[in-house]
Amino acid sequence: MKRNYYVMSDGILKRKENTVYFVNKEGKKPLPINKIYSIYAYGSLTFSSQVVHLLAKEGIPIHFFNYYGFYDGSFYPRETLLSGDLLIKQAKHYLDHEKRMVIAKKFVEGAGQNMGKVLSYYRIENTIGDTMRDLDGCGAITEVMNVEGRMRSAYYFHMDEILPDGFKMEGRSRRPPENMVNALISFGNSLLYSTVLSEIYNTQLNPTISYLHEPFERRYSLALDLSEIFKPILVDRLIFYLVNKRMLKEEDFEQDINCCLLNDQGRKTFLKEYDERLKKTIKHRELNRKVSYRRLIRLEAYKLIKHLLDSKEYKPFVMWW
Amino acid sequence: MLSKTEKHLQIMGTQINYYFICHTKLWFFSHHIQMEQESDLVSVGKQLHQGTYQKEKRDYTIDNLISIDFIKKGDMLEVHEVKKSKKMEKAHEYQLLYYLYYLDVIKGVENVVGMINYPKMRKKIILKWDGTREAEVRELTEKVAALVDGDMPKPVKSPTCRKCAYYELCWV
Ligand code: SF4
Repeated sequence: MKRNYYVMSDGILKRKENTVYFVNKEGKKPLPINKIYSIYAYGSLTFSSQVVHLLAKEGIPIHFFNYYGFYDGSFYPRETLLSGDLLIKQAKHYLDHEKRMVIAKKFVEGAGQNMGKVLSYYRIENTIGDTMRDLDGCGAITEVMNVEGRMRSAYYFHMDEILPDGFKMEGRSRRPPENMVNALISFGNSLLYSTVLSEIYNTQLNPTISYLHEPFERRYSLALDLSEIFKPILVDRLIFYLVNKRMLKEEDFEQDINCCLLNDQGRKTFLKEYDERLKKTIKHRELNRKVSYRRLIRLEAYKLIKHLLDSKEYKPFVMWW
Repeated sequence: MLSKTEKHLQIMGTQINYYFICHTKLWFFSHHIQMEQESDLVSVGKQLHQGTYQKEKRDYTIDNLISIDFIKKGDMLEVHEVKKSKKMEKAHEYQLLYYLYYLDVIKGVENVVGMINYPKMRKKIILKWDGTREAEVRELTEKVAALVDGDMPKPVKSPTCRKCAYYELCWV
C-alpha cells in the first residue's frame, strides 16, 4: 500500500539513479519511491529536475505549504490518466446551468449533512437542516454559495459548544487565523485540499473544472468542491479529538496579537493523527468492502465520474454514524 | 516500443477480449477510463513484459495477462498468447481470431497460425486462419464499435467483478 510522506523540516531531495534521498542536517534518508503516494512539504525543499523527472514518472505529486502551513501549490505531474470523452462531459456539466446547479447543490447538501452529523454526535441542536432546505429554491450558484455560507457559520458557532475553554473559536478568521481553533481549521483544510487533489490526480477527472466553486479561482477548484464534503468528517472531527483529548495544547501554538499558528510540534501531532485517520478503514455499505478514509475521497471522485457519464446520479457521501 | 500495428492489434484485441467478459469494462477501457495500476497482479505482468522485451523476443510475453508476440518460423507466422487460466477461454479465442484476421485480411500476411498457451496447465490451443470465419470476425468488430460509440453500459454483477479493477467505479 502506498502512503503519504510528510516532510516537516528543511532539506534537499537528491536523486541517485532510481532512488530519491531526503538530506538534511540529521542525515540522508532514502524515500521508498514506489511506496509513496504523495509528498506533503512543510519545510523548504530543494531539488533538481532529475528528482522531478522521477517523481513525474512515478506519478507522485508534491504539495507545498508555506511558513504558515497554508497551501502554496503542487507539483502536479503530467497527467497520465486522460480521457477526452470524460473531459468533454465534465465541461458540459459546467456549461449547462441546470446540470451545474445539480452538482453544486449536491456538494453543499453533502457538506451540510456531514456538519449536521458532527453536531448531532455531540447532541447539539441546530438548524443546519432547515437552512439546507433553502437549496431547493436556489436558482443561481451565488445563492447556493450563500446557503453554504449560512450553514457553515451556524456550524462554526455551535462548534464552540464542543470545544473546551481556551479553545473557543469565536467566529471564523482566516488569513491570518486569530486563535488556536481557527489556526487548526486553516491548517486542516489546506491539508485536506491537497489530499483531495492527490485523489483527483489518480482519476480521469480534470481538477480545474468545478461546479460549486468557480473554475477561474486560481486553484484546482474541483478539489475545493470535493473538500467541502470531507471537511466535517476529516478535519473538524480531528480537531475536536485533538483538543478535547488534550493532545494539542497551548504550547503547540505560536501566537501574537493578530495571528496564531501551529508550531513544529503541533504540526507533527496534527499530521500524524490526520494520517492515521486517512488510513483508518470502515466497511463500505454499498461495496461491501473495507475502505480507508482516503479511499472514500477517491470513491467520491468515481461517483462524480459516473454522474458525468449519466450512469448513476451523484449522491454525496454522508457519515452514517 | 511497440509498432503502430502491434499497438492497434493489442488495443482491438483487448477490446474483443473484453467484449466477451464485460461490456462495461470494454466501454471504460475504450474511453480511456483506466484504473490506477496499484494491483500487484498488473505490475508483475508489466515487469515481466518489460523484461521479456529487453531480452529479445522469447516464446511469449505477459502483458497485463493479455499479450501478443510474433515469432517467425520459416514461412509460418506464429502468433502466441499466454493466458493464466482457461476461465475466459471464449474471450481468448476470439481475441486470437481477431489477430489472425487482422494479419491475413488486413495486412495480407499469409500462413498465419495462432496459439494460446496456458503454461500453468501445460495446454495449448491452436487456431489456423482459413478465411471461413471472416464474416464472424467482421460482425464482432462492428458490435464492439457500436458498443463503444454508445452510452456507458450499466454494470451487471458477475463473478468477474470481484477481481476487476473497475469494481469500485462500477459498484460505488
Ligand atoms: S466490475 Fe463487473 S461490471 Fe464492472 S467492469 Fe468489472 S466486470 Fe464489468
